[in-house]
Amino acid sequence: MSGTFVGMPKFPGAAREALADTQLRYNLAHATGTIRGKRAAVVGEVENWEEVRLAGAAVKERALLELDQRLMQLEGALTARGATVHWARDAAEANAIVTGIAQAHAVDEVVKVKSMVTQEIGLNEALEAEGIAAWETDLAELIVQLGGDLPSHILVPAIHRNRAEVREIFLREMAKVGRPAPAGLTDEPAVLAGAAREHLREKFLRAKVAVSGANFAIADSGTLVVVESEGNGRMCLTLPEVLVSVVGIEKVVSTWDEVDPLLRLLPRSSTGERMNPYTSTWTGVTPGDGPQEVHVVLLDNGRTRALADEVGRQALRCIRCSACLNVCPVYERTGGHAYGSVYPGPIGAILNPLLKGTGVDEQVDSLPYASSLCGACFEACPVRIDIPEVLVHLRSKVVDGHRDDRIPKPEAVAFKAAGWAFGSAERLAAGERVSGLAGKVLGRRGGRKAQVLGRLPGPGGAWTDARDLPVPPTESFREWWERTDGGREEDDDDRT
Amino acid sequence: MTAREEILAHVRAALADVDAIPGPVVSPAGAGADDPRDVVLERFAERVADYRAEVVRCASDEVAAAVAAAVPGGARVVVPDGLAAELVAGLAPEQLVADDGLTAHQLDAIDAVVTACRVGIAETGTIVLDHQADQGRRALTLVPDRHVCVVRADQVVADVPDAVALLDPARPLTWISGPSATSDIELSRVEGVHGPRTLVMVLVESEGGR
Amino acid sequence: MRVALMVTCVNDAMFPGTGAAVVRLLRRLGVDVDFPRGQTCCGQPMVNTGYLDEAVPAVRSFVDAFAGYDAVVTPSGSCAGSARHQHALVAKRAADNGKDPGLVDAVAAGPPTYELSEFLVDVLGVTDVGAYFPHTVTYHPTCHSLRMLGVGERPRRLLESVRGLRLVELPGADQCCGFGGTFALKNADTSVAMGADKVRHVRETGAEVLVAGDNSCLMHIGGMLSRQRSGVRVMHLAEILASTEATTAVENETGREAGSAGGAR
Repeated sequence: MSGTFVGMPKFPGAAREALADTQLRYNLAHATGTIRGKRAAVVGEVENWEEVRLAGAAVKERALLELDQRLMQLEGALTARGATVHWARDAAEANAIVTGIAQAHAVDEVVKVKSMVTQEIGLNEALEAEGIAAWETDLAELIVQLGGDLPSHILVPAIHRNRAEVREIFLREMAKVGRPAPAGLTDEPAVLAGAAREHLREKFLRAKVAVSGANFAIADSGTLVVVESEGNGRMCLTLPEVLVSVVGIEKVVSTWDEVDPLLRLLPRSSTGERMNPYTSTWTGVTPGDGPQEVHVVLLDNGRTRALADEVGRQALRCIRCSACLNVCPVYERTGGHAYGSVYPGPIGAILNPLLKGTGVDEQVDSLPYASSLCGACFEACPVRIDIPEVLVHLRSKVVDGHRDDRIPKPEAVAFKAAGWAFGSAERLAAGERVSGLAGKVLGRRGGRKAQVLGRLPGPGGAWTDARDLPVPPTESFREWWERTDGGREEDDDDRT
Repeated sequence: MTAREEILAHVRAALADVDAIPGPVVSPAGAGADDPRDVVLERFAERVADYRAEVVRCASDEVAAAVAAAVPGGARVVVPDGLAAELVAGLAPEQLVADDGLTAHQLDAIDAVVTACRVGIAETGTIVLDHQADQGRRALTLVPDRHVCVVRADQVVADVPDAVALLDPARPLTWISGPSATSDIELSRVEGVHGPRTLVMVLVESEGGR
Repeated sequence: MRVALMVTCVNDAMFPGTGAAVVRLLRRLGVDVDFPRGQTCCGQPMVNTGYLDEAVPAVRSFVDAFAGYDAVVTPSGSCAGSARHQHALVAKRAADNGKDPGLVDAVAAGPPTYELSEFLVDVLGVTDVGAYFPHTVTYHPTCHSLRMLGVGERPRRLLESVRGLRLVELPGADQCCGFGGTFALKNADTSVAMGADKVRHVRETGAEVLVAGDNSCLMHIGGMLSRQRSGVRVMHLAEILASTEATTAVENETGREAGSAGGAR
């Protein structure tokens, strides 16, 4: 069974470990590089991409701004079509609802469609605790589950594994939980996918209860939408007698027509395809076709907390495409595990603190700082979530949470001092004279040492462990301006 | 307070600052809206093929032969109740299996399925089934390993918004773009996982309309 | 037109040669640029680390220093971005907290702030600034100039018009160098990993000089190039655009490098 993220170290420490894993870095660079190229090609095909992007953002925003109305409408439409709607405040309530449904049907296993939200609430572990096996059926989820591993990417949870590692996991683990991998298994992706097909088919054919999430929940029609590639989703949504879908309340789309821009944005942004192989939509129970008992669990689990944050609420527009992960230079190097959550990468760096709140857990508080604010995520986001804006906003919340500390952090003291110095040019100039003095002293040293500072002790070491630092100049710009009358009196020797 | 009441109350409290709700979002134009029909059909065929589906184009009097050619000799083929008989007229009667409530295990023992469709989308190379009688319930086009889907030229639209406007969300829908595939290993796409590993799309153009 | 130079705190203290280069360049183009003495910092280091209240004095000194000018020009994409996108945020929060209630209006009333290449191309309408720089150069578009400001092809067009300059493509140019302000310290390992890839790409080009529009990013990349003894210099765009046959002759005569802050940043 997959592990959990409990007790993860703060991002910088987790990142340091990940960075030391050269295989991981190679796998990530290869995979994200591939998907970036595919995405760029299919996005480039759409002449009015920016217009579709704006429409997608507006669709999600509109639904969020009247979420209470839309949720009630969704509930009404689902109920009218024979579905049972449940509401869950948090993970424990949602897990209890799903477990209860499985127990009511006396099953000891369920099949699962890949779903971020069920990972978020730790559903597999909750079912396992009640003696119910939850079989992940998405190939990447299967790799993670069989490997006793953690997901590291939203779309491709096993992105950190290469084909050779996948082959090993299949050979070692499949036999323990069902049909073994064929003896002659190679590491060809097509062969590995074939092994997954054989392994899972017996589970699909016998399953009585399936669990899914939903990419979209359409309020006016009561329709749920699942976007997938392999057909494992269709298997789960079609063959079992009972279907339970756990749906975060932010998944709501107001009307059927408004799902259009999202269906144009999602596949191009996530897998870099014009359209994903399979999209399934269903509306409650369809007599004679598919599950005849349909449950929908509407989950809060921090979403209303995020919604209350006027800057941060845009993160609830997220359609989990993972384009931001694939373009993120931090994610590309550290991988997803360093974020300590099922939501890694730039979106995870804002979504986790928004869902869980700042000032509660140091690991969560470290996430908004796990970014160089380069802005590549915002540029790629199909629903225009301004991730850098939210990151900076959340940093201010983290800082604000410490304003009443009895002993302020050294950083807070430093920024208070900097703020004071920047309040007046005179104070700043005084500081620069000290640095100029240091420059003069250091500059007296010979050769290379006159130009750069090598490794420094203390906090400066964070910079100088791998980077030289220039020796401060003997004269600030301000002093140069005064001495040369704004450059009007500089001679050739001053042309520096 | 029930969970429902509490969540709705939290939502309302969270949105206390919101004064104006934007109106419904008008979909931006899709691609190819002004293209001539032959260009749209050409694009449809190309893009369906692009995702490794087999594409056969034929005139309406050639459909039976095209469908028969898309099914290996002797293969057992399940046929939805409402499928026009002439579409499978090229297959031997003993090959055909009616859907009289076949179980998943029974379907798993069948080689192929032949269906119609509701709409085709040129821009994305997508076929949409709405599971009416000529397409059958969802399991029929899922469990057998080969899906032969007959698309009439007049069912093909230019882009996604045109399809969304035609489709009824009250019906279950399956949007199919190529055979089942995965990019889960090193993000390289391979075809053939759980859904039908072979998808044959027969595009029927009116007599002489090729 | 009254034009003010916002030199930026980093350039003021660490890279005065860049400020001097902007002054020389603009004078050569007929702009009598002024340096308002009251300026300090745009406030970005505080804002981007989450210290919004601490940024208020910097934003206040910014709006006071530049009030009354027609345009502000700065040799930093990042600081221009801060002035354009963050000052209103800082001011609003200050007003909400009952501190400096006039700051919101003062920020709104301030002159437009241009990054150097924007000012040259959009305001002055020039791409050939009469510069001469006989070296092989590669250009790194810093993230904030690329994405927050959208300077696009402007720096490249300016560089392509420099006589003697050979511009070579930087592979993965749009990838962040890993500086990111306090990110470089708080997440030093990741920052250095990003920088290492940037440095590798720079060295692959065979260029003598790496040029960019932000000295803070160059301090990071240059610090790694220097540690590796790569021999590749880093220079601010302003310094190259300010170079002429005359300055190059001086450089050759004295054996000094054209960039004031030296090759090894």
